[in-house]
Amino acid sequence: MSSLILWGLLWEIVGRADLTFFVPPLSEVIVTLFSIIGTPAFQKALAETAYAFFFGVFFAVVIGIVVGILMGKNRLLDELLLPWVNVFLSAPLTALVPVLMVLFGFGMKSIIITTALFAIWIIILNSRAGVKQINRSLVEMANSFGASPMDAFFKIYFWAALPEILGGVRIGIIRAVKGVIIGQLLISIVGFGALFELYSANFLMGHFWAVLIVLFALAFTISEFLAYLERRVSYYAAKR
Amino acid sequence: MAISPIKEAPNQTEVAGSDSAVSVRNITKNYGDVEALRDMSLEFPRGQLTSLLGPSGCGKTTLLKIIAGLLEPTSGYVEVNGKTVSGPGPDRAFVFQDFALLPWATVLNNVAFGLEMRGVARSEREAIAEKYIGDVGLSGFEHSYPHELSGGMRQRVGLARALSVDADVLLMDEPFSAVDEQTRRKFQEDLLNLVQNENKTFIFVTHSIEEAVYVSDQIAILLPRPSRVSEIIRPSSFRNKGVENIRRDPEYLDIVDDIWSSLRTYVE
Repeated sequence: MSSLILWGLLWEIVGRADLTFFVPPLSEVIVTLFSIIGTPAFQKALAETAYAFFFGVFFAVVIGIVVGILMGKNRLLDELLLPWVNVFLSAPLTALVPVLMVLFGFGMKSIIITTALFAIWIIILNSRAGVKQINRSLVEMANSFGASPMDAFFKIYFWAALPEILGGVRIGIIRAVKGVIIGQLLISIVGFGALFELYSANFLMGHFWAVLIVLFALAFTISEFLAYLERRVSYYAAKR
Repeated sequence: MAISPIKEAPNQTEVAGSDSAVSVRNITKNYGDVEALRDMSLEFPRGQLTSLLGPSGCGKTTLLKIIAGLLEPTSGYVEVNGKTVSGPGPDRAFVFQDFALLPWATVLNNVAFGLEMRGVARSEREAIAEKYIGDVGLSGFEHSYPHELSGGMRQRVGLARALSVDADVLLMDEPFSAVDEQTRRKFQEDLLNLVQNENKTFIFVTHSIEEAVYVSDQIAILLPRPSRVSEIIRPSSFRNKGVENIRRDPEYLDIVDDIWSSLRTYVE
């Protein structure tokens, strides 16, 4: 937190020194921020972005955790899917966006899918890693007491992998923020992507930075919340 | 003292069922080319504690997991109360060497886990779990987590979990090997009381000769490569002399010595 204040101060100094039009002083950006935050255009952009972001993350988390746990449990599935997961994790997903547009159109659907694609791979990999390190005798214990596959999934594998899953979701969500903006810029100019486009095209750098700060604050809040959850389960992460 | 380990009569099932809680019949288990168990047969008398004792690699844990239904035998079968085992069942409960507690769950939820898997309603299973937590001497720790407990207390949780499902047969895989010596002695005394007071059949895997002789009604000596039952020993005279007198009873000392002399050649 104190480092944020330091960097904020530096930003203010650079801005006041008037070195480049690209960096207006932080105080000016914040004033701009409060002036645009109530405008219908901003709120519409926020709603559109939040909508795509929420559904993209939702699908990435639900599908990612389930696929990751199943991959950790099942050798065959693991060997089938792991190469693809690794490819997509490092692939330049931005280059795939035009393909998605062909497949799913120019609307919200493609943006949601782009968001999910940015987030899902690391969630799969982490959930898989969490299951891989599970203590075998916990699985045997559950079997010996007659646990059904569903019981084992929800009462053993999920909990045993939870510390890794939360780590994966946290990184995945940060990537999803990138995904939703790239989707909005490339697929259809809506939401925050549209605002970025509009402001930078008109050299409204104060506005540009204000939107970026809002975005950063949202991502930071979610990420900190997940880090808090991770700390909540860390008491058993080292003792599985 | 030794009796023949091999009783093979296919039509003996009903007869054996009346005095044996568990019968192991001609079990062979292969891991690829490695023969872990070969044609092993063994009877476990009802209401008694039978130890499986042998050097490491003799397949005692493998046999226990086959009885539990956690491993499939390559051939042969296991009968529990006259019924052939095809997987884990409510007639058996397992106590694990490494305790196998859920680190994210409280003592209460860990003990209630077996009942939860059997579909017992929450209030009922918590009441049962609380009773057994008290029985194993952990009252007041219901809402502690496993990492807050000592090794001995954790195994008490594992024991309470196995007792709470009220299975006929308790399978214990070196349950005291991960706890310290003094705790282990206390456990062994408690186990003797348990065998006496609970009408259950205990199958107890151990690598400690003293422990096996101390707690067992019947000791099956397993030898490796290929794994087989070499001898069955039934200590007779010291069981009712009180827990504090067992370790200086002449029969106890003789059996310990005999077992060691038959096992020593197999220990590298």
